[in-house]
Amino acid sequence: MAKKHHPTPNLDQLEPGPWPSFVTGLKALSNKSEMIGDLLGQLEHSYQTKKGYWKGGTISVYGYGGGVIPRFSEVADKFPASREFHTLRIMPPAGMHYNTDILRKLADIWDRHGSGLIAFHGQSGDIMFQGARSESVQPAFDEFNALGFDMGGAGPSVRTSMSCVGSARCEHSCFNEARAHREVLNNFTDDLHRPALPYKFKFKFSGCPNDCMNSIQRADMAVIGTWRDDIQIDQAKVGEFIAEKGRNYVLDNVTSRCPTRCMSLNDDDTLTVDNHNCVHCMHCINVMTKALSPGKDRGVSVLVGGKRTLKIGDLFGSVIVPFMKLENAEDYERLTELGSEIIDFWAENGLEHERCGEMIERIGLENFLEGIGIEVDPAMVSQPRTNSFVRTDMWEEEAEKWNQRHTGEASA
Amino acid sequence: MSTEARNPIESGVPDPFQYMHPVMRKNFGNWAWHDRPRPGVLRHVSHTGDQIWTVRAGTCRQMDTDTIRKLCSIADEFGDGHVRFTIRSNIEFMLADESRVAALVAKLTEEGFPVGGTGNSVSTVAHTQGWLHCDIPASDASGLVKSVMDDIFHEFTNEEMPNRVRLSTSCCQINCGGQADIAINIQHTKPPKINHDLVANVCERPSVVARCPVAAIRPALVNGKPSLEVDEKKCICCGACYPPCPPMQINDPENSKLAIWVGGKNSNARSKPAYQKLVVAGLPNNPPRWPEAVAAVRKILECYKENAHAWERMGEWIDRIGWPRFFELTGFPFTRFHIDNWRAHRHGLNTSAHIRF
Repeated sequence: MAKKHHPTPNLDQLEPGPWPSFVTGLKALSNKSEMIGDLLGQLEHSYQTKKGYWKGGTISVYGYGGGVIPRFSEVADKFPASREFHTLRIMPPAGMHYNTDILRKLADIWDRHGSGLIAFHGQSGDIMFQGARSESVQPAFDEFNALGFDMGGAGPSVRTSMSCVGSARCEHSCFNEARAHREVLNNFTDDLHRPALPYKFKFKFSGCPNDCMNSIQRADMAVIGTWRDDIQIDQAKVGEFIAEKGRNYVLDNVTSRCPTRCMSLNDDDTLTVDNHNCVHCMHCINVMTKALSPGKDRGVSVLVGGKRTLKIGDLFGSVIVPFMKLENAEDYERLTELGSEIIDFWAENGLEHERCGEMIERIGLENFLEGIGIEVDPAMVSQPRTNSFVRTDMWEEEAEKWNQRHTGEASA
Repeated sequence: MSTEARNPIESGVPDPFQYMHPVMRKNFGNWAWHDRPRPGVLRHVSHTGDQIWTVRAGTCRQMDTDTIRKLCSIADEFGDGHVRFTIRSNIEFMLADESRVAALVAKLTEEGFPVGGTGNSVSTVAHTQGWLHCDIPASDASGLVKSVMDDIFHEFTNEEMPNRVRLSTSCCQINCGGQADIAINIQHTKPPKINHDLVANVCERPSVVARCPVAAIRPALVNGKPSLEVDEKKCICCGACYPPCPPMQINDPENSKLAIWVGGKNSNARSKPAYQKLVVAGLPNNPPRWPEAVAAVRKILECYKENAHAWERMGEWIDRIGWPRFFELTGFPFTRFHIDNWRAHRHGLNTSAHIRF
């Protein structure tokens, strides 16, 4: 059947140029999908009027509350075939690994039940299957689900997570990101599929402090790989690096760019690191990928409370666990338990539509820590309090806690 | 229509090992070092001596299934049939040795998938939906991204920047695109226009009142109907009320503008992660090619490329040269709107005699 094509003079201008054009892809799809033909019509209408025409609603699959983003057109009289254009958020494999067989199967399902438009990936990390009619949502999900894929999060729920490529390919990786990602998330499938929390809650897993998953910025709970022993130095490779790049390059771009100036270049072209002052920023390791690597005593730092603007302004996550090991089953279980403690406390104490970081801003980090049973640590602050507006009449007791923890550590 | 309801299999996050390249599976957690033989190509070497070669290419993120099949065919014919996607919607093809890398690069280039986005290049713009699918956008991220990436294409396929550059764009002030070296975001400039006939039926009024960051919304009776009103003197035009209450239309074809922010940084390398800072607002939301926003991005990139030292990210460069010099170099006006007046705003003030002349 010949499909009706709307004129798209604005969108046509997004076809030329060297970058891949989504318009070209949509036009190709419109030859076999009437829905995409009308979608292009509505999009062109948006480009002409500079307004959006989608409204939300309520669509879900049997057994779940969330994961489908319903879209109903406000201009369906002009573009009836894209009257309904819902998105299914489907969780990708941790680290977003695919083989061509599974990608083709996903594409085939979406050609059968949806528009044929897929986004790899949404900003939370879902595969976004865009463009389903209401009656197609369930059969499409059933096929994805049978293939081993599950619905992602939407609404006030635990959201789909992301982990970096990590141990699968990257020498900076300090833990098994895929395992942490799956163990933690798969513990919260109920909170993910049936939205009942104050607002969204995002976990992200980055294998090292380069934080390729942007977790400090955009995760309510960020799990970031680190190490606590000495940076590993291959002095022979340091020598090779200097032979190739020159001493001055190392002085200008490695030692003097160290945020704590904890490195020095010796007269014999070896490097010395004052490891107690290393803050694990990754810079020197990023520059000298062959000569330097993270230490061997690896684990993670956990930061809590990151989010973007609304409502109180941008918040970065802040440290609540400076270091924990992630090696054996108990370690991974402890990480999941920490997530549970945090979500439970926030579910109890957060206001409607209040992200975890906003709750912490409202009640204070020290109250949050008490609520989840974590002791204070100077690594949690960039500096101590600068104002005197605080009651300190419990000083002796609090000081005693610190002393006891430190006596305990000394005798352990 | 199916008559029997099927219970979902609550399987959660799929196991990646079943799809992973066998060399990556075999050397999981045992990688020794990497280098970048050319822009868009990574070589990782394991402690066993095994190598995995990665070729990274840009995509337009929302792809039709035939484009996905084309990428699969390329992966099968020129690679080992295993791919992954990066957080910025680049696709990566993994190969067990170098021999087929050049042919894969050539094929991707021929098929219009630019190879690059590694190291100190400008990678793909992180973005979301816009008019294509979102229910609250004032703009179209995909079109803006296409326009920007066409313009700075050379910087994606080459590694000529002082350090990596991360871009994002967002079609409303919720800012799904996130922190970036350069972020191009909608900035509304007028309070919402309220359709009082619809508010009572569509909006949960107490939630909408609670959503406002500056407490500018209050319940009111308008024409005898329960509705909401906005104290327009207090309103900061952020649009937070619009998602929970669509009759409070914030999007305005002329008055929803674009603003550009710089110096956001997620990595902990050298300096701590940093928030992006406002550089210029009031740029027209001008589809289909947004020339004013594209030109502003190019200007900032040119100044950074020319003036920053090696390894300095955008924000680190500006920290070194100071904001007066940044505004001088880029030619953007410094206005009263650049001075933060939100919570904890004094952190943004210069409380010292450190001044550059």
